[in-house]
Amino acid sequence: MTSLVVTAKDVVADGVVALTLARPDGGRLPDWTPGAHVDLTLGSGETRQYSLCGDRWDPSSYRVAVLREPDGRGGSRYVHDVLAVGDPVELGGPRNHFPLVPAPRYRFVAGGIGVTPLLPMIAAAEVLGADWSLLYGGRRRASMAFLDELPAGHATVVPQDEAGLLPLASWLGTVDDDTVVYACGPAPLLAAVEALVPAARLRTERFTTTEIAAPVRDTPFTVELARSGTTVTVDASVSVLEAMRREGATTLSSCERGTCGTCETTVLAGVPDHRDQVLADHERAAGDCMLPCVSRAATDHLVLDL
Amino acid sequence: MTAAEPLPVAAPAPDVPVSHVDPFSVDVLTDPLPFQAALRDAGPVQYLAAHDLYAMGRYAEVRAALTDWQRFCSSAGVGLSNFRREEPWRPPSLLLEADPPHHDAPRRVLSAILGPRALRRWRDRWFAAAVEHVDALLGTGGGPVEVDGMTALAEAFPLRVFPDAVGIAREGREHLLPYGEYLFNAFGPHNELVAAGAVEAGEHAAWVNGQCTRATLAAEGFGADIWAAADRGDLTAEQAPLVVRSLLSAGVDTTVHGLGWVLHGMATHPDQWALYRSDDSRRRVCFDEAVRWGSPVQTFFRTAEVDVPVGDTVVPEGSKILLYLGSANHDPRHWDAPERFDLRRDPSGHVGFGFGLHQCVGQHVARLEADALLAALADRVERIEPAGEPVRRANNTMREWASLPLRLHPR
Repeated sequence: MTSLVVTAKDVVADGVVALTLARPDGGRLPDWTPGAHVDLTLGSGETRQYSLCGDRWDPSSYRVAVLREPDGRGGSRYVHDVLAVGDPVELGGPRNHFPLVPAPRYRFVAGGIGVTPLLPMIAAAEVLGADWSLLYGGRRRASMAFLDELPAGHATVVPQDEAGLLPLASWLGTVDDDTVVYACGPAPLLAAVEALVPAARLRTERFTTTEIAAPVRDTPFTVELARSGTTVTVDASVSVLEAMRREGATTLSSCERGTCGTCETTVLAGVPDHRDQVLADHERAAGDCMLPCVSRAATDHLVLDL
Repeated sequence: MTAAEPLPVAAPAPDVPVSHVDPFSVDVLTDPLPFQAALRDAGPVQYLAAHDLYAMGRYAEVRAALTDWQRFCSSAGVGLSNFRREEPWRPPSLLLEADPPHHDAPRRVLSAILGPRALRRWRDRWFAAAVEHVDALLGTGGGPVEVDGMTALAEAFPLRVFPDAVGIAREGREHLLPYGEYLFNAFGPHNELVAAGAVEAGEHAAWVNGQCTRATLAAEGFGADIWAAADRGDLTAEQAPLVVRSLLSAGVDTTVHGLGWVLHGMATHPDQWALYRSDDSRRRVCFDEAVRWGSPVQTFFRTAEVDVPVGDTVVPEGSKILLYLGSANHDPRHWDAPERFDLRRDPSGHVGFGFGLHQCVGQHVARLEADALLAALADRVERIEPAGEPVRRANNTMREWASLPLRLHPR
């Protein structure tokens, strides 16, 4: 597991704070692509997913933005009220279920904090030379984050208290085959976009409050290597891969960041806590394999086919 | 370029060690280890006057530079040629010769298609094909069989399974190896190796490009998978054929020469073959140890996006930098007795497949091909021994055997 620290915490709109995260040694963070999110395990022990909304050309910091959700489960309250600069945060991922597909033209639709995954997409669209525009709605102008980061001339900003609901139909017009629409925001907004845009031309990301499948544990667990009969203890300070190496058991690995898939190992017993970017959701759920470079155990004991 | 021609030498950065050796001379290409050692000993970076070029040969710096796509870009070409000043000989690769964000979608698509999970559907077929291949080679006589390990095994087996898995036509596959040979030469300077291949390169490239269209590809295979991604909108119809081309460019010769190094390693280290046959746990590292030890892809280049401090000097913006993968894989600062082909070693972290964003997306395919062939050989062959002097072939990028005379002793 990678430990990061909060290096900055800035109020970027009413009810929205941006966190800047870095490794304690300032070193390079795992690469990511626009639309990616990270799992952050906060000091409260809860894990939450946040879209990366910073600059991928900066290899040493991540930025996420967190909306205060008074009715939420407490993760956002913790970030707003307790988490401070210098505090540690555990990182999982990044993973991307909302990738930017190539297209000559993009129409980005953001509702509130849903603007976050779209910001790196906008940066990419600029570099790619694509035609793009953004329709960004929120309750009040003051509650809308990152307005100052939107390139002039491309964004239509619609605070509800000034201008009512987003004029989706007129703004989208007819979505042709050269256009892909990206929408992120609350469910009613996504439903409205879905009613207007053919499925093949639309990519959406819902805010989900589902936690990752396995709880993250910080207590030690044991890993039994079935073929060699060795058992190793893995505490929070090391990866499964590292712990196995210390006991002299070698497994071929490469990236050691959960991205390449080289160290994929068959799980014979126990439940892995998947922290990689390689396996699909159904493969995670099957639980019959894991990437020991980043993935851990949800159970006290894992048995691997090694 | 011949030694007699005066070479244009730009002023190197201050405080950088300078070498006047041409790393692309046939002598160095066929025996690169002494040059690599000198490069590493000179420092973290050296200026190669022969080509107005910076070079890194130590493991730590090579790996860091491979990872640092922000400062060491690929879109200006990963050969010596600088695409910002020179026209590439072919349309640039959407993977190898691209930076984010252009690189993102093709990489994402290909990573899924060539990932370990997706490859499971080929596993049984390739293992069966390898058994058939080895059985046919050994015959039924029971006595030792002499073969050229390159043509009979290292080339023949990938050509038997990989083009089918991509889904290209049977007709014309003889273009694949010379196409790759030229492509890897073309990453180097315009020397006699490039000149010799240039005559027929257009013909090979035309054939390869012709294989990449939807109409010519089989209904099942990596090629069809790439076009299916285009149908889903994950790629454009313009990108799809170039992504297929990447498979045919990077997926054949590299595996062939990786296998060449495994076979050479086994023939010259009989104890390692015995270990491979007797200890299952060593099988997983075998191909990677050969890729580390032989480093079939020796070099790739990057271009400095900004002034980059390295060691006591600064590599100036716009400079070409040679990242010597083969040298990093033999750096004694990182590896214990790197010159030894040793299955007891953990070769994890070698840079023979590159590292970072551009790390070989087909590495799992290559491993599976190697696993299949080696498992079939292990079942039937007790001993592999040299049956003559192996012959090297010079290539500007690859460290290759042209011929590996071997004697296979059936058990």
